[in-house]
Amino acid sequence: MRRISPWSTPALVVSAVLITFVITAGPILVAGANPIEAYVAFVVLPLTSQFTLLEVLVTSTPIMLTGAAVAIAFRAGYWNIGAEGQLLLGAIAAAGIGTLVGGIPPILALPIMVAGGAIAGAAWAIVPALLRVRFGIDEVVTTLLLNPVALLLVNGLLHGPWRDPVTGFPESPRIAATAEFPTLVERSRLHLGFLLALVVIAAAWYVLARTPAGLRLRATGLSPHGARFAGINVGATILGAALVSGAIAGIAGVSEVAGIQNRLTGGLSPGYGYTGIVVAMLGTLAMPGVAVAAIFLGDLTVGASSAARSLGIPSQLGAVTQGVLLLTTVALLAVRRHRARRTDGADAGPGGAVDSAAEVAT
Amino acid sequence: MTDSAPALELRGITKRFGDLVANDGIDLDVRGGEVHALLGENGAGKTTVMRIAYGLAHADAGEILVQGRPITVRSPRDAIRAGLGMVTQHFALVRPMSVAENLALGRARGLALDLAEAARRAAQASERFGIRVDPSRRVADLSVGEQQRVEILKALSRDCRVLILDEPTAVLVPAEVDSLFGTLRALVADGLAVVFISHKLAEVRAISDRVTVLRRGKLAGTVPGSTDERELARLMVGRPTFGVARPSDGPVEAATPVLAISGLHATGAGGLPALTDVALEVAAGEIVGIAGVSGNGQTELVEVLAGMRRPTSGSVRVGGEEVAGGDPQRMMRAGIGRIPEDRHASLIGDLSVAYNLVLERLDDFRRGGRIDEASIRRHAHELIERFDIRARPDDPVASLSGGNIQKVLLARVLSRDPRVIVVAQPTRGLDVGATEYVRSQLLERRAAGAAILLVSEDLDELLALADRLVVFYEGRVVGAMPRADVDVERLSMLMAGRGAAA
Repeated sequence: MRRISPWSTPALVVSAVLITFVITAGPILVAGANPIEAYVAFVVLPLTSQFTLLEVLVTSTPIMLTGAAVAIAFRAGYWNIGAEGQLLLGAIAAAGIGTLVGGIPPILALPIMVAGGAIAGAAWAIVPALLRVRFGIDEVVTTLLLNPVALLLVNGLLHGPWRDPVTGFPESPRIAATAEFPTLVERSRLHLGFLLALVVIAAAWYVLARTPAGLRLRATGLSPHGARFAGINVGATILGAALVSGAIAGIAGVSEVAGIQNRLTGGLSPGYGYTGIVVAMLGTLAMPGVAVAAIFLGDLTVGASSAARSLGIPSQLGAVTQGVLLLTTVALLAVRRHRARRTDGADAGPGGAVDSAAEVAT
Repeated sequence: MTDSAPALELRGITKRFGDLVANDGIDLDVRGGEVHALLGENGAGKTTVMRIAYGLAHADAGEILVQGRPITVRSPRDAIRAGLGMVTQHFALVRPMSVAENLALGRARGLALDLAEAARRAAQASERFGIRVDPSRRVADLSVGEQQRVEILKALSRDCRVLILDEPTAVLVPAEVDSLFGTLRALVADGLAVVFISHKLAEVRAISDRVTVLRRGKLAGTVPGSTDERELARLMVGRPTFGVARPSDGPVEAATPVLAISGLHATGAGGLPALTDVALEVAAGEIVGIAGVSGNGQTELVEVLAGMRRPTSGSVRVGGEEVAGGDPQRMMRAGIGRIPEDRHASLIGDLSVAYNLVLERLDDFRRGGRIDEASIRRHAHELIERFDIRARPDDPVASLSGGNIQKVLLARVLSRDPRVIVVAQPTRGLDVGATEYVRSQLLERRAAGAAILLVSEDLDELLALADRLVVFYEGRVVGAMPRADVDVERLSMLMAGRGAAA
């Protein structure tokens, strides 16, 4: 019998973290550090001072948004790997709109910019979504391949029309002061984007858990055939999920432009869209899980970069840990699914493992 | 042939899937130089027992002997080594590769693959066994019949002495069947043993030396291939036992039909015609049973009525309203309640019972923009009580037993008071209690005036419930009769494609 008890999802994620620490102890030893010391530096130390704690939240902001974007698409059974490109399109829109809203008070300018970024992200998501819904073309490939295209678009703009006229740097003009996200805490980088991410998480949770549209989306992801049989318009549901996903990723781009960079730069996103996939999986596609996972990965990132300085180990060990964590989580979810699956049960596809975990967590 | 040990012998093969006994002490011996048919209805256990012999499944009990020696078959690799070959219904060919490459696969040793050598060997094998295929052609470009030949060639070129063919004619057009039979006769004359799995009486008689008949997982008998079709049909279907839950034998109201299908054509999964010019009517208060061996268009008919498959042409009317080609929503609005054979796929296993019960009509369970959880739970409690579902509202459907899953589907459908009920294999895999419950519910609906179309492979069930029977064979209606006039033998013949008119 297939049964997944609710407590087992947090237990699974905690096990994944512990297993990851065992595995990454190897590279850390090779780098010449004490693994225990390193993990304390990775996880605990960032939470012990106000400055680093706020940095953790700053770092978690974009990946909380891309994590929510990825999770919502995955829950619908739509494998959106294109959050990175959608984020960049949101960033382009924000950088463009941000320079035009100088005469408008922030109370209007900020919503316009956020909406513009969301629309741009959704627009970047629409073509693969239509190809999937209309022609059954695999969205994993199409959404992934659009990411480098979006990056080329960014670089084209930065080396072309938006190149800084004064310095000649490939950076767009600074956005208007009224378009900048206000900081939440004095003398820190924590900005409005973090609140926005929390609002998005809460809204996505509400829609998924409490509305008919959310139930249809979950049903579609769990069993497209069963959903269609029950009269749900599966194509429209997937399209909707893909667009919302793109929009949320677009907002992540707005948040980075308006909250951190204040302009479009080539290095705006060190792969936040891809890290969003890690966050979504680690959070087992449930919105509260996504929020916690984003903060945890933010913690790891901040911890790894300061450990690089204090312990003299390569800062890439943070990325290594994240990668191993993703693999371990996905592997444990798959093992659980395999164990629980009845001999005659149909496979729910690549995301099946996560789907039912999320169903418990919602 | 020499009178030595059988080429393949099975002794007491038993296999259970949960509560279901797929094979119950099956004995079978196949000699070199014979075509031995394994005949039975779908679900009789024919394929299962051969999958066990070939190592694709594992028996709970029993022995497998090759040339009189017991062998252990853990995987097809063991079976192949012992001289068995099997062509399953799903071909194991690499489609973008050539015939020669496919034949070389699994035989290639070392690092280098000599394609010229592979092609030469393929041509040789083709010549030696008299099976015509061009080794240089891509498998993807071959017809299904040609692909089957490649599969047979693959088995033969591994020196198999027993060739198992699982429903080999299901995918072939008549001319290809003749060609296959010619090939088999030549191979058997050379001493090969062939196991021919089928449910088609005419083919079994045409090709077999002996026939072993399975019925519901049990051995019904082994008879000579010359046995007449009537006797084979009797062995295959068995004499039905009566009296599980019979309808009150009132006369059917001669009302206008509630469900009227005419000139209906549809294609199946492979793009092949699945329904041809189907016409039937179901009146209010009537159960019309569709009899037929599975795979003769019943599934597609149910899919069309469920809104899951678009017919290519034809008419489906519900109370006079044309609904052919409608989607599931349209069919439900027209008043069709749908209970297909795959009950797991018709529900969402990872969602709760309560959600599954309302999924067809979420708009009735919303308050403002949100789901009305309270009324969904109330509704679930009510249906759980009324339909005696052994589950709590929050239990995921996948955690329930088969009988309770069927009750959830039944409750979802019947709670909407459909005027037409389309139901397929409603009691397959259910225990006695659940079976009786489901049947009594259908009879209750009949009494309440619903028009019920019942598809079942269980003849007992059709005879117990239906007012009229309609027989399907190869996507056509080949016979229709009131329940009172049913002659089981004639019915079996119609189901096997040997209609009196044909």
